[in-house]
Amino acid sequence: MNQIQDLKISLDTIWILIMALLVFFMNSGFAMLESGFCRAKNAVSMLSKNLIVFFISTLSFWFLGFAVMFSGENVFPELKSLFLAGDKSLYQPLENYEIPLQALFFFQLVFAGTAARIVSGAVAERVKFTSFLIFTFFMSCLIYPVVGHSILGHGFLYQIGVRDFAGSLMIHTVGGVASLAGVMVLGPRVGKYNKDFSPNAILGHSIPMITLGGFILWLGWFGFNMGCTFGFSPEICSHVLLCTNACGIMGGLGALFVSYLLLKKPDLSMVINGLLGGLVSSTASCAYVSLESAHVIGFIAGCLVVISILVLDKTFHIDDPVGAISVHALGGIWGAIALGLFSSPVQFDYPNIVYPKPGLFFGGSFEQLISQLIGIGCIVAWTFVISFIIWFVLRKTIGIRVSQRAEVDGLDIAEHGMEAYPGFGGSGESII
Amino acid sequence: MKMVLAIIRPSRLTAVKDSLNEGGFSGITVNAVKGRGTQKGIVERYRGSEYKIDLLDKVEIKVVVEDEELDKVIQVITDAARTNELGDGKIFVLNVEQAIRIRTNETGVSALEKK
Repeated sequence: MNQIQDLKISLDTIWILIMALLVFFMNSGFAMLESGFCRAKNAVSMLSKNLIVFFISTLSFWFLGFAVMFSGENVFPELKSLFLAGDKSLYQPLENYEIPLQALFFFQLVFAGTAARIVSGAVAERVKFTSFLIFTFFMSCLIYPVVGHSILGHGFLYQIGVRDFAGSLMIHTVGGVASLAGVMVLGPRVGKYNKDFSPNAILGHSIPMITLGGFILWLGWFGFNMGCTFGFSPEICSHVLLCTNACGIMGGLGALFVSYLLLKKPDLSMVINGLLGGLVSSTASCAYVSLESAHVIGFIAGCLVVISILVLDKTFHIDDPVGAISVHALGGIWGAIALGLFSSPVQFDYPNIVYPKPGLFFGGSFEQLISQLIGIGCIVAWTFVISFIIWFVLRKTIGIRVSQRAEVDGLDIAEHGMEAYPGFGGSGESII
Repeated sequence: MKMVLAIIRPSRLTAVKDSLNEGGFSGITVNAVKGRGTQKGIVERYRGSEYKIDLLDKVEIKVVVEDEELDKVIQVITDAARTNELGDGKIFVLNVEQAIRIRTNETGVSALEKK
């Protein structure tokens, strides 16, 4: 019997580690997507941020973030739980999982990294490298872990019934809202808006890179959602896989639909944003909803994302080069609401999954929806206020924006002293 | 000697190049250029904002020929480059004072490419 139990733990651990590595691979997806969306003169800067974010997140989450997130009832962790020093009993919400603490840590770490890197796309092409890295540090040891504590760490939002399966709210909304705060403090890129505030198109330099990034993120998302069972359940993991895919493709189709309707042409970059918006919205509820519901949730997410990108740009003059705020903040909020609307009665029995109450459309009352709305309010408020303060203090001290000259010349030369594509007719030496 | 400077559609380059070769004009110089004429520009869209491309990609071909060959080379180029739509391009003819073949120091017409 013990041998079977050991085998089960091994298989569960293998499952979680593979899922964690898929999420880790999303790093490269974000790097391709975000650098494709920016101009060639800022590609090195974008790639550097995407790479180095994970260095900072790892240290920051190892030092403090993980302890804050899983410290149990109190959000202030005990000193001995810093640096992953304690055994599992110190991280009380994780105690019931059988897989090793290190595997759980790595799985949580790749999520923390994701939350932090979402910001890099929105503040792209003008943010100062060092200031961005400092913000990343606080994102991974303070902003995200406190939110994670409130739900995944069984904190106060979890107690009032807020559910978020793999982190629509905890990760994507947090990343998106921190981006919004950053962009508001930072301002738009030089030349983005005319004197009458009409927007100009600033073209991303590589649609193929954006598309490759979209595909990689899509793949990574399966790990993102399927790993949140913290063990292998054949039924739930398969169901989650289908629902994740359904939300993604319907998000892409929703964006295609709205893009045809409003823009006359199916803008590929918008379709990819729609795909990602659909995937974000799948994250909260993919284990709790039926496959049919997942299609509906994804389609609405895709439509919302495109409309939101246009409204933020044309009405509010929020300059978000990659659409991160719309995809992650709005997609995440919609995902959390959708859980309150569509979650269906328990389908599979698995000890690691605590089902939410049935959603409004599936025989439930407003109860779950109201919990979700409270969760959204608290998380958006916390993230926005703290992010805004950190960005603002950084602006007043070391500055968060490169000089106008550096922005016009490109961050690659100004901040990194190198070009992404030397020899291709850039500002440096050409082929002739 | 005359220099024929033809600005044509990139999509017609292969046809013009091959016709020139068949017509005995093997020596040409080609540049990728951008320009604007009656065709004006085209409007593209990116994430909901329209933007105008008012300099379009064109190809510039330079051929230097004897005076007697001028009409023939112009005929070859126009036949191969024409699509009958706006944007087919222009041909300019310039006088050439001297030509020197670097390898042999030949000058004048004998420095030009002959088939």
